[in-house]
Amino acid sequence: MSTVTVGRDVRKRTSRPFAPARVGARQRWVRRGPLLPALVFAIVVTQVPFLFTLYLSTLGWNALRPGERHFVGLDNYGTVLTDSRLRAALVNTVILTASAVLVSLLLGLALAVLLDRRFPGRGVVRTLLITPFLVMPMAAALLWKHAIYNPTYGLINGLLGGRTDWVSEYPKVAVVATLVWQWTPFMMLILLAGLQSQSPETLEAARVDGASAWQTFLHVTLPFLRQYLELGALLGSIYLVNTFDAVFTITQGGPGTATTNLPYEIYLTTFRKFEYGEAAAAGVIVVIGTIVVATFALRVISSLFRMEEAR
Amino acid sequence: MKHVWSAVAWLVGLLFFFPVLWMVLTGFKHESDAASNPPHWLFSPTLDGYRQVFDRDIMPYLLNSLMASVFSTVLVLALATPAAYALSLRPVAKWRDALFFFISTKMLPAVAALLPIYLVVKELGMLDNIWTMVILYTAMNLPLAVWMMRSFLLEVPRSVVEAAEMDGAAPATAIRRVLLPIVSPGLAATALICFIFSWNEFFFAVNLTATRAGTGPIFLVGFISSEGLFLARLCAAATLLSLPVVLAGWVAQKQLVRGLSMGAVK
Repeated sequence: MSTVTVGRDVRKRTSRPFAPARVGARQRWVRRGPLLPALVFAIVVTQVPFLFTLYLSTLGWNALRPGERHFVGLDNYGTVLTDSRLRAALVNTVILTASAVLVSLLLGLALAVLLDRRFPGRGVVRTLLITPFLVMPMAAALLWKHAIYNPTYGLINGLLGGRTDWVSEYPKVAVVATLVWQWTPFMMLILLAGLQSQSPETLEAARVDGASAWQTFLHVTLPFLRQYLELGALLGSIYLVNTFDAVFTITQGGPGTATTNLPYEIYLTTFRKFEYGEAAAAGVIVVIGTIVVATFALRVISSLFRMEEAR
Repeated sequence: MKHVWSAVAWLVGLLFFFPVLWMVLTGFKHESDAASNPPHWLFSPTLDGYRQVFDRDIMPYLLNSLMASVFSTVLVLALATPAAYALSLRPVAKWRDALFFFISTKMLPAVAALLPIYLVVKELGMLDNIWTMVILYTAMNLPLAVWMMRSFLLEVPRSVVEAAEMDGAAPATAIRRVLLPIVSPGLAATALICFIFSWNEFFFAVNLTATRAGTGPIFLVGFISSEGLFLARLCAAATLLSLPVVLAGWVAQKQLVRGLSMGAVK
């Protein structure tokens, strides 16, 4: 696998993007030309709906009562913010996302270390390991729900005996385990790329200095991997915070609201309760929350950028 | 000691792969073998599960998935490649702002856009229409493709670009003759990643399509309830639907990391 540090070979071969030259107005538009279609498309499809959401969030509108659509100001926000279901969903989202990201990051790190050595069949093992990530998430969720967790013919009870109903007794664990199974390979791939971009000289130097393998890992490798760990956590969170398939399939948010996360709760508000105004307000709150988190996340990405340019 | 760690690596690899293997095996079982407890390791294989999946008309779903994935991938590349060019080799003044705008749209939770998109699509009479999915998947993959293509374009040696421009070739010609051949592996990798994400997408599909434009994952919705479940049939369907992406991912392992990290890790 040819792997280099985040952005390192960009620097080596071409340095940073070519500096924008001072050019006339006409030239500027020539430069902007290729960018515009993508930019306009992204704005129309992703930003305009959000403005529409803002507008909808100020309406008292239940689709089951047609004709009763009126301006209610910020009432929906009040309803949503004091709604215990939504608060439970927020807490669940944080728990599910954080535990899935953390566990898959740790397992991914262990696997990356295992695979960062030559051994017979390494390529095959890597291929086996990435497969769970490639399985369709909907198929993976069904597979775990029925073939693995099912109390009567599921694999766990089949092998271990007992009649435990895994999904209803440990709903959060059941969902997180499925997500971890799918996302560990992702983390492993990113961290393995990091490990393989570490310079052998540094490791050799640590060895010569008498550091044990464990000390080397702790004081040399781990700090070096930091940006890869951050990148993995960031990307994993972006994807996992939107988890819908697994919740929809394995638990339907239950039992009670034990595994209802924000995407699933807003889906329920929209298409089961038809409270359009409230769903929109909840959506706006989620976006604001995301912006707060994303500002932090973007700082991480920016720091990667600066490292790219510093060298 | 060395051998121990190799053995551990193999063991863990097999452990992670096991559920997939189990899915594939179960797909070839008779229903009675599939639902047995303890599990049957030896069984006489049958294609019944697959036959039933095709009897229940999986083909339209597969074709819808193929259409949505292929068309959106083509559209994404057509939009993202020029954009990436304008953000790398001949950058616009505010290339960094534009780049961050694209990635910020990726962070916007889909669920916040669901309701307005649903209402607009309904108003336009485009519910349960595969072209709606093409547009949405294009928007979904666009930031990823822009970032990824940019990382590939930045690898083109500066001298090559300059030489082409010195030749007096018009930019468009220079791009077609010089740049495209060099970045074609990058295009292929980007296409693959976009294809994977579109093929597997469920959230918009389940909310905006039904019988006519239902994609692959929608075919699986019928299996959610465990009442009267046919496990072998479920596993056959799950294997069939996962197969294209699994094969593509195996073949393009090297490109996978780069695509998933939006070009940040090579």
